[in-house]
Amino acid sequence: MSTTSEKLYRNRRIKNAIALSLSGAAALFGLFWLVWILWTTLRTGISAMKPGLFTQMTPPPGSDGGLANALFGSLVMSVVAILIGAPIGIAAGTYLAEFARKKPIGEAIRFVNDILLSAPSIVLGLFVYTLVVHTTGHFSGWAGSLALALIVLPVVVRTTDEMLQLVPGQMREAALSLGVPQWKVTLQVLYRSALPGIVTGILLALARISGETAPLLFTALNNQYWTADMSQPMASVPVVIFQYAMSPYDSWHALAWAGAFVVTVFVLLMSLLSRAILLRNKASHD
Amino acid sequence: MAASSSALSNATIDSPAQRRNTRDARADGLFRWIVASAGLFVLLALLGAALSMLWGGREAFSTFGFGFLTSTDWDAVNHKFGALVPIYGTLVTALIAMLIAVPVSFGIALFLTEVAPNWLRGPVAAAIELLAGIPSIIYGMWGLFVFVPVMGEYVTPWLNDHLGKIPGLGALFTGPPLGIGMLTAGIVLAIMVIPFISSVMREVFLTVPMRLKESAYALGSTTTEVVWDIVLPYTRSAVIGGVFLGLGSALGETMAVTFVLGNAHQLTASLLMPGNSIAATIANEFTEADSDIYRSSLIALGFLLFVVTFFVLAGAKWMLRRMARAEGEK
Repeated sequence: MSTTSEKLYRNRRIKNAIALSLSGAAALFGLFWLVWILWTTLRTGISAMKPGLFTQMTPPPGSDGGLANALFGSLVMSVVAILIGAPIGIAAGTYLAEFARKKPIGEAIRFVNDILLSAPSIVLGLFVYTLVVHTTGHFSGWAGSLALALIVLPVVVRTTDEMLQLVPGQMREAALSLGVPQWKVTLQVLYRSALPGIVTGILLALARISGETAPLLFTALNNQYWTADMSQPMASVPVVIFQYAMSPYDSWHALAWAGAFVVTVFVLLMSLLSRAILLRNKASHD
Repeated sequence: MAASSSALSNATIDSPAQRRNTRDARADGLFRWIVASAGLFVLLALLGAALSMLWGGREAFSTFGFGFLTSTDWDAVNHKFGALVPIYGTLVTALIAMLIAVPVSFGIALFLTEVAPNWLRGPVAAAIELLAGIPSIIYGMWGLFVFVPVMGEYVTPWLNDHLGKIPGLGALFTGPPLGIGMLTAGIVLAIMVIPFISSVMREVFLTVPMRLKESAYALGSTTTEVVWDIVLPYTRSAVIGGVFLGLGSALGETMAVTFVLGNAHQLTASLLMPGNSIAATIANEFTEADSDIYRSSLIALGFLLFVVTFFVLAGAKWMLRRMARAEGEK
């Protein structure tokens, strides 16, 4: 009698130990890929770094060059995308949090926004292609920015909505009871209180679009030369990485790795920065 | 301020205060109108994306009809296009990714909520979430230059020798040691979606009330039994939602897959052969499409991808919301 229960007990403990070690193994498995991918990018990227990277243009096959035009193109298109996407996103997030919090229309917009947030980015590229490139007849930096803005939009909508909902109701009531009109309450009280969160959302969006390739492939296309004219095709770092990495030339591979290194470092810095802002904000609230 | 207090006394006539009231009311109306139209813009963006792709793909849909879904043709010269090969590749790579990512993510979530000591939880969770932030093109490059050689040199021959001999199942694992192919793409996708799924699972595991778990522990349950019999049933719908969320991003992932899939329009049983997926086909061929019907077929592929991911993601949201609502009722 006691032996069967002891056996049962032992079996359960063994099963438990196996399951828990498997869970530890799963965590190690996840970290293993992270370390491997980051290590490859850093090692190969740093060895491919050179001073000319930021001053020279993307080279034709076989010759030496840098990524200056691609870095510039990425910068310009990302900034324009933020300038288009962030204001609309903040306004839409304000509508969700302040005017449609429990209404069916608000729920519908939230639902659609969540779908947009995880929709395949290549689909957004196709959308902008049919909307802009097909109608204007040529690829352009504007089209690329617009495609990126569609990725910025849902990120900013979501963070703005969430952050405004966290602002205590007393603040609204206090301001409104002083006779302040609602638009002023929103702009001068609520935004001020939710600002760190909204900035975090914009930084996250920036991190996300700086590595996006698929929506740029057939909107901004690529450009071998320096251009600041956004109605022309424009180079961007991710598209150049794609083109160069798929090529058979070693010098192009090295440039692709250098670009990958720059993008990865930028993305990691952005996400660390946004995390730091959120933490500081949380600490000041507690 | 002084002006407003003096204006209060004669508010009945057309006073500055009254004028300011109407001005404020008008500004409020305008403000409300602006933010509401921004909200509607979000709705229109998704609707516009769906409709514009349906419009762009109309030529392919009307030319090939239902056969577009079942044909394996992909012939740019004779203008014959079918979506079966990319659809098959998309489904197979996503399935491989989920087979790997779901158990691993569950393990990670279990480790981070029940097993790891407290000081370890934050850093490990942050590190796993870093994985989610790395751009997909980096995964693609790493896959092509680092992972593909490993697959070609070690994994593929091993699979050929060991699993390739099993009758029936063996057909999946026989192929030349190319390194690129469905299996490689599936593994890279799995690495990409693990952080998504594990962070959803971790978050919902943390919502399980402590007293439920403590009651089970008090009855002598082991950690495994608590997780299996208390935590999982409690969080079931949200866990499924998280899995669907991962599936949605695995289906639509473009760059990582494009690098390692091989862009070959062929239908093979072997997972070690190059193939194609919807997203990779579009990324590789769209700028090279030289005829209207070719371009239209690619946009039609995009529309199919959009519809499938829409339903998967909608399912995910629905499952996650069900869990949140059950939470709210308690």
